[in-house]
Amino acid sequence: MNMKIIVCIKQVPDTTEIKLDPVTGTLIRDGVPSIMNPDDKGGLELALQLKDKYNAHVTVITMGPMQADDILREAYAMGADRAIHLTDRKFAGADTLATSNALAGALRQLEYDLIISGRQAIDGDTAQVGPQIAELLDLPQVTYLESLEFDEKNTFTIRKQTEEGYQIVQVDTPCLVSVLSSANKARYMNVRGIVEAHSREVELWGVDKIEVDHEKLGLKGSPTKVNKAFTKGVKSAGQVFEVDDYEAVEIIVNKLKEKYIL
Amino acid sequence: MDISNYKDVYVFVEQREGVIQNIALELLGKARDLANALDEKVVAICPGHTIANKAKGLFAYGADRVLCIDDAELGVYTTEPYTQAIAQIVNSYKPGILMIGATTIGRDLGPRLSARLNTGLTADCTQLEIGEDRHLMMTRPAFGGNLMATIVCKEHRPQMSTVRPGVMKPGIKDESRNGEVEMVSIDFDRTKFRVKVIETVKEKKNLVDITEANVLISGGRGIGSEEGFELLQQLAKLLGAEVSASRAAVDSGLSTHERQVGQTGKTVRPDVYIAAGISGAIQHLAGMEESEFIIAINKDKSAPIFQIADLGIVGDAKKIIALLTEKLKKE
Repeated sequence: MNMKIIVCIKQVPDTTEIKLDPVTGTLIRDGVPSIMNPDDKGGLELALQLKDKYNAHVTVITMGPMQADDILREAYAMGADRAIHLTDRKFAGADTLATSNALAGALRQLEYDLIISGRQAIDGDTAQVGPQIAELLDLPQVTYLESLEFDEKNTFTIRKQTEEGYQIVQVDTPCLVSVLSSANKARYMNVRGIVEAHSREVELWGVDKIEVDHEKLGLKGSPTKVNKAFTKGVKSAGQVFEVDDYEAVEIIVNKLKEKYIL
Repeated sequence: MDISNYKDVYVFVEQREGVIQNIALELLGKARDLANALDEKVVAICPGHTIANKAKGLFAYGADRVLCIDDAELGVYTTEPYTQAIAQIVNSYKPGILMIGATTIGRDLGPRLSARLNTGLTADCTQLEIGEDRHLMMTRPAFGGNLMATIVCKEHRPQMSTVRPGVMKPGIKDESRNGEVEMVSIDFDRTKFRVKVIETVKEKKNLVDITEANVLISGGRGIGSEEGFELLQQLAKLLGAEVSASRAAVDSGLSTHERQVGQTGKTVRPDVYIAAGISGAIQHLAGMEESEFIIAINKDKSAPIFQIADLGIVGDAKKIIALLTEKLKKE
C-alpha cells in the first residue's frame, strides 16, 4: 500500500513586497504578487521527497478565491498527483477556526496517512490552522517539523524545532505535521510539468461536497472578528543623501566616528 | 453559549524541566491589569510534574489563585496531555479570558485547545485591553506586520490570545501577596497520548544574541547573495558588531532565524543599526525602530526604511558596504 499524503497550501500576498503610502500611511496593495506560502511550499517539498522515496501519492488542497488556482497548478508542476480547490462564497470571511472547519470537512472525504501543513502563513502568521485541523480530525500533531524519517511500516520519527534546540518524537500514521519552510528547499517546477499543469484537472469543491456543519463556516462561523484595522504612524525621517558611492562611504565613516563606533 | 457564566483572567503557566518560564510572569503582569479593569481575578494554570512548590511563587507576580496539575505525563510538554488538562479546567472553571505564551509550546497548544473548545484564538497579540463593553480587545500585526488589527471574540468563551515573549512586561514582584496552591486532578484519556518524546536536545547554536549587540549590521534582499553576507561579516568584525537580517534574507537562506529582526524575528534596540539593502516592510521596522541611531542604505529612494532612518544613503548597498569595508581595512 502506498502512503497517501495531503498537503494543505495557501495563496498569500508576498508581504515583503507590500509598502506603505508615505503620505497617507495606507497600504499599497496594487501590484503585490501572490505566491504559494513559503512554509506550505516546504511542506509540499517534504511530501514530494516521500513520493520520490516511497512512491507516495500526493494530493494538494487549498481554500480560496478562483485565483488560488495558480498555486495548485504550481504544485502540479512540482510533482503533485491531485489538486483540490475549495471555493465557495460560503467560505468567505473565515477566521482560522472557520477555515479549519472547512478544510477538515474536505479532508473527511479523503484518504490519508499523513497530512502536511505549513507552520504558518506569511499574511497572518497565526500558525493555527494545522493544529486545529488535527484536533477536528482527531489526529495526533507534530508542529515545527524540521525533518522526518519513515520506518516503511507506520511510524514517523520526527525532529522538531524548539527555542533551545530540537526534540525527537515518534508518532504513528495517520497524523498531521506542520513544516518549516527552512526544512526543505523547494524544488523548481520542471518544464514538462509547467506545460502539463495547465491542462490537468483541478477539482472544484463547494460546500455541498464536504462534510461539515454549515454554521461553522465563513464569517458566520468565525468566533473572532476584526473590530478595526489601522496602520502604525511613522516617525519623522532624518537626512537622506543621494551621492556617489565614495562620498557615501565618507558620510557613513564620519557618522560612525561621531557615534564613537570607530 | 451563555457568556455571562464565564469570568476571570486565566494564564497558562509554561514550565520546562521544572523551571517556570519568564513568559508566564509577563502574561501575569498583563493579566493583572486586565483583571483590575474587569474587577475580576487572575488565575494561573500550572501543569507539570512536582511543580507545586515553584507554582507558589506565582502569587507574588499577580495571581489570585494558582491551579496546579501534577502528573508524570506533564513533565515534558506534549500536545494531548496538556490539551486535555487545560480543556477540563476551562470546562469546569469557565474562564472569561485565557492567555498563552506564543512560544513553540504555546503555539502548539493554543490552536489545538481553541478547536477543542470551539472558541476564537488571536495569535501574537501586541496589545490587550478591555473594551467599553467588557470584551477583550486583542491587537495584533497582520499582513506581515504592515497592518495592525484589533480582534474581538464576542460570542465565544474563553477569549483566547497568545502573546510573544518580550512583548509584555512582567509585573513587579510583590512578596506580600500569598495564597495556597490548589491541586487539580484531571481525568486523562491516556489512549489519546499518541506522540512519544524520544529525546530533547539543547543546542548551543554559537550563542548569537542580536538583542545584546551595540551595533548591528543588518542585511536584506538588496545585499543579494551569500557573498554579500560574507561582506557584512567582515564589516561587522571591523566594527565589533553582529550581523542580523531581514525576513526576506532569512527566507532565502542567506541568514538564520536567530539573526532575524522583525515581527516574526527579534526586537532589537542597538546604539547603531545599519540596514543594508533592506526596504523596510513594517514587519521589519517593528523589530528595529527603537534603535538609537539608524543608518539605511538602499537603492530605492522611496523605500520606507528612509522614513525612519536618521541617516539615509541612496545607493547600491552591496557596493557601498564593500567600499566601506575596504576603507576600514586600510585604516
